[in-house]
Amino acid sequence: MDMNTIESTIHTTDPGRWRPGDAWLAGGTVLFSYGSSVLRRLLDISAAGWTSVTVTADGLELAATCTIAELYALPESAETAEVAGQPNLPATWPGLDLVRPCCDAFVASFKIWNMSTVGGNLCTALPAGPMTSLTAALDGTARIWTVDGGTRVVAVEELVVGDGVTSLAPGELLRSITLPAAALRAQTAFRRLSLSNLGRSGVLLIGRRDDDGGFVLTVTAATKRPVKLRFAPSSTGLTDGGGMRDGGGVPTADGLRAALDAAIPQSLYHDDIHGLPAWRRDMTYRLAEEIRAELLPPGNNLDGITAITSDGDRPAGNGPAGTRQEGA
Amino acid sequence: MDINGSSTDAQPRPGQCLRTFLREQGNLGVKKGCDGGDCGACTVHVDGKPVHSCIYPAVRADGRQVTTVEGLATPEGLHPMQENFLAAQGFQCGFCTAGMLMTAATFDEEQKRNLPRNLKGNLCRCTGYRAIEDAVRGVCHVGGDRQQAGDNVAAPAGLGVVTGAARYTLDVPAGELPDLLHLKVLRSPHAHARILSIDAADALGVPGVQAVFTHEDAPAQCFSTAQHEGYLDDPDDTRVLDDVVRFIGQRVAAVVADSVGAAEEGVRRLRVDYQVLPAVFDPVAAMRPGAPVIHGEKDPLESRISRPEHNVVAELHSELGDVEAGLAGADFVHENTYRTQRVQHAALETHAAIAYFDAADRLVLRTSTQVPFLTRRALCRVFGLPPEEVRVICERVGGGFGGKQEMLTEDIVALAALKLKRPVQLEFTREEQFTAATTRHPFRIHVRAGARRDGTLTALSFDVVTNTGAYGNHAPGVMFHGCGESIAIYRCANKKVDAHAVYTNTVPAGAFRGYGLSQMIFAVESAMDELAAGIGMDPMEFRRRNIIAKGDVMLSTQPEPEEDVILLPGSYGLDQCIALTADALARGRERERAAGVDDPGPGWLVGEGSAVSMIDTVPPRGHFAEATVALLPDGCYQASVGTAEFGNGTTTVHAQLVATALGTTADRVLVRQSDTDVVGHDSGAFGSTGTVVAGKASLAAAEELACILLKSAAVISGADVSDCRLDSGSVGCAGVRIPLEELYRHAEAAGTPLLAQGRWGGSPRSVAFNVHGFRVAVNSGTGELRIMQSVQAADAGVVVNPMQCRGQVEGGIAQAMGAALYEDVVVGAEGAVETKIFRQYHLPTFADVPRSEVYFAKTSDELGPLGAKSMSESPFNPVAPALANAIRNATGVRFTELPLARDRIYLGLRDAGLADVGSAQQMQARDGVNVGTVGLVRAVDQIH
Repeated sequence: MDMNTIESTIHTTDPGRWRPGDAWLAGGTVLFSYGSSVLRRLLDISAAGWTSVTVTADGLELAATCTIAELYALPESAETAEVAGQPNLPATWPGLDLVRPCCDAFVASFKIWNMSTVGGNLCTALPAGPMTSLTAALDGTARIWTVDGGTRVVAVEELVVGDGVTSLAPGELLRSITLPAAALRAQTAFRRLSLSNLGRSGVLLIGRRDDDGGFVLTVTAATKRPVKLRFAPSSTGLTDGGGMRDGGGVPTADGLRAALDAAIPQSLYHDDIHGLPAWRRDMTYRLAEEIRAELLPPGNNLDGITAITSDGDRPAGNGPAGTRQEGA
Repeated sequence: MDINGSSTDAQPRPGQCLRTFLREQGNLGVKKGCDGGDCGACTVHVDGKPVHSCIYPAVRADGRQVTTVEGLATPEGLHPMQENFLAAQGFQCGFCTAGMLMTAATFDEEQKRNLPRNLKGNLCRCTGYRAIEDAVRGVCHVGGDRQQAGDNVAAPAGLGVVTGAARYTLDVPAGELPDLLHLKVLRSPHAHARILSIDAADALGVPGVQAVFTHEDAPAQCFSTAQHEGYLDDPDDTRVLDDVVRFIGQRVAAVVADSVGAAEEGVRRLRVDYQVLPAVFDPVAAMRPGAPVIHGEKDPLESRISRPEHNVVAELHSELGDVEAGLAGADFVHENTYRTQRVQHAALETHAAIAYFDAADRLVLRTSTQVPFLTRRALCRVFGLPPEEVRVICERVGGGFGGKQEMLTEDIVALAALKLKRPVQLEFTREEQFTAATTRHPFRIHVRAGARRDGTLTALSFDVVTNTGAYGNHAPGVMFHGCGESIAIYRCANKKVDAHAVYTNTVPAGAFRGYGLSQMIFAVESAMDELAAGIGMDPMEFRRRNIIAKGDVMLSTQPEPEEDVILLPGSYGLDQCIALTADALARGRERERAAGVDDPGPGWLVGEGSAVSMIDTVPPRGHFAEATVALLPDGCYQASVGTAEFGNGTTTVHAQLVATALGTTADRVLVRQSDTDVVGHDSGAFGSTGTVVAGKASLAAAEELACILLKSAAVISGADVSDCRLDSGSVGCAGVRIPLEELYRHAEAAGTPLLAQGRWGGSPRSVAFNVHGFRVAVNSGTGELRIMQSVQAADAGVVVNPMQCRGQVEGGIAQAMGAALYEDVVVGAEGAVETKIFRQYHLPTFADVPRSEVYFAKTSDELGPLGAKSMSESPFNPVAPALANAIRNATGVRFTELPLARDRIYLGLRDAGLADVGSAQQMQARDGVNVGTVGLVRAVDQIH
């Protein structure tokens, strides 16, 4: 919609030029959708010329201005973009399997993807933001340009800290998101539920089993902000009550449930028209267990044992040993 | 920027979106549905890629090539997708069509294979998407060489719709109204407050602001925004601008300026001093002694409010027979409370109006309305104007669904135009549509019903409370109508209704497709299912034993039947509809079994459910239409009718009826419509009357004209009139052919134009039936609901245009599925509407709506034109209870509140102990839940 209070649109990427009444303009699909009656200037970063996707041995950098359409094309383009003398890194990254399901988790259609950006979705900070799901699940870090000309780096789950709330200071500009190769090399599992077909996510969970056996579960959409449960690799991982090693870093069913109990209080489940908190909670547990089962290493099905010894699975203290809740 | 091959030097404003810029450049085919990127009606191509122009910064299109729907065709002809949409008639109101076309035109074959995904960014409120799917896939439905009644005649406006040339309310080229002003409304932040003062000085200081209007400028005359043939049907409780505001969102003041932006700035600078008053939001609480009184200063008789001191607008208390005795004599009694939510019409074209003055200095209202004549009458009453000084016109209307049977914009732009003597426009935003227009009335329905084991219905008792919001527009009518046909469809000796329509400090409810019936039928049909379950009988068999049969009197709340509702034997189609639905479900069951897809797998529960509904074909107390049909110089005809076209397809029906009577083809009938200048009066397009009232008038006019033509030809030829036959181009007179052009010339020379008038008063009336059946699968672990089969049988009498009528039924089903599954206008604890955009109000998308099987009963109604009955509101009515009954059948759980969203289904199952809660989660406590053979029951079911 028209924003009739806007007096000028300026092409700049310099946070030093920001002043109250300004908004950073990327794809525009959020600003122009909600409109504003207070903004005076739009600082347009769309012509910055930032490379949308940069592949290195260390991982993947997505510019804030990378459009969803470009991201969606990445798995195909990456596979075919073998540069002479370089290994085709993306082909060795199963984590990229998450890209398309996450894009398809947008309630917005493919037409919007031609404009909307990865950075814009993160900065909007909706609980159901699919780019939050994707980049938080893959240990993404955000590179932020500050108003004094500096740069700071924060984890995605420390950037998106509430329903529509980020940790960005006024004027700060999200420059890019980096996804480390270690996370991209992981096996992943994706689960999503919505109240309508192809609708906005009510619950979106992503699981990751890393090369080192570590297991990471990222809960988004169900909760007001992303919640990550990280289970250390097997050598330091959970053990069941009988002293038997579980499936690498992948927890037992009870261990996972206890970790969710500890990490997500009822008040953290999101409440809006896209799902009642009680449903989101139960679905979080349900999908988490599905993901756990899917990522269990082959031949390591200990469900029967853990069910018997479930009481012994609960460690003392605030959370299960070996788990660490991340996020703000 | 290059637009459709022409470069423009015009510069967009810095915060302007591409949509409004393109419209300013004359591309009026680019529509606003939501203005927030959700509906896709504004889709255009930028450098060949489809984008939503309402969220595309206009400045960013600089140097790019933009294509709008106006640029889709080439000099060689229409784009193939435009041809497809014409062949399949992939539209009704057509407001979404430009966006659909601009999206689908970019599809490759792979994209066409996944339309749920690729069309989910294009909302259509009318069609239910089947016709759109057929269009995208290239299926042709238009046909019928005769082009008369019974044929699949294409809508006359089709070419205009697919090329973007069809004009809707605001599609006025800038040059036509060069000094147009824009009006924006300051809306109340308080649910109930007295306006102590309004300081407009700052607002008037904004460059471009021309005037500010407040309650001091408004006429004292109270009226109702609801429009009925008789204005006495609704309470006079509303002013154009009032000094008391009664809901958050009510008009406080209007700012008129040279631009929308200046008007908005003026609104922001108004300073209002309010005295906040106590407010009440729940209708039951509003009736209690001591509750805040919302219209207490009004006289009950003068304002036609039943009991203002108790916030009761209208009430109904009736008992036929002895309900307590009927319940005592029952083997099974069902008692429960059902609730329906607020839903919004969500027509893609928002409310909008332009007031201006014509060359004769007459006030002209160009508006998006279902009721141009009634709006003229209301304006004349409010502003004290004679009818000849006001003209109301609408061209094409972008969807109605009852929402435009109200005067929500016309009065305020008329006030401004009359004061300023300049044209003034008001366009609602999508947010205003949610927060400041109208919704369906929420109903709370407490049911007590009894049955004997032999299947006899012994008692039906209802305690109904409807929430009409802050104003009583349609409150009496919706309450009375809701408690009418929903109950009259059942033979039962003992029936009791206590109903109250109640004011609260919330957004007003108003007319909505079904007009009270959809709410009541949800409760009645749910209760019938429970009674059947309670006595161990198949629900449809139980209904068969208790529905009205041929010749039965239909009683709801009065001891005598409505004297002008006549169900002639040949028009009774309820039995056929039940059989058609049951047979189709059985076939579907067998089909799935044979294909091995009848078991959706572990965790899924499968069930079937149905519901029946009845509707009077015309509203009570008269519904009037006049039509004129005239012969044109070229031998074609012109039909002038009053009713508006908003996707209901009545324009096509008028052309077909006239063509049939005059022995010609529909394409030779030009229809002029919805303009107070073209006929004397028309009650309007509501109450499903487009075909059965207005069509009856146009048919009568055409039949009369046919007689005149034959007589005229007989005089010219000297043949006996009984030897004259009218065909498409001429009259055959005993071997001599007189072309129609010649008849016209003779008549013109004689000064006696060949035209005839027809009228119909809407009485006597008939009834129409709809029966819906579903087979569903419910995932007990997630609450997901899959519709495996959807069937509706409709008793539409003789179907004038099967393709269109099917579309009406499909569209009604889709809209009803939205109301049954997703849609909910949420009003917060402080009375504010929290639902403001389509992302908070899920309209069914292509991905959500299954294809429904539609069947027509073979009936003919002597009261309707050529045997036709109404079929526009009624397909909506049986859908929600059929779905609830199917879920009940699948799960054993009775859901008593809408919408039946997945989260609520899951939680209902979980609380009944029936959900698959999975191994990863411990069972929840089951607080206060009774689980029995009939599942979750909130009230008490008793076996006597």
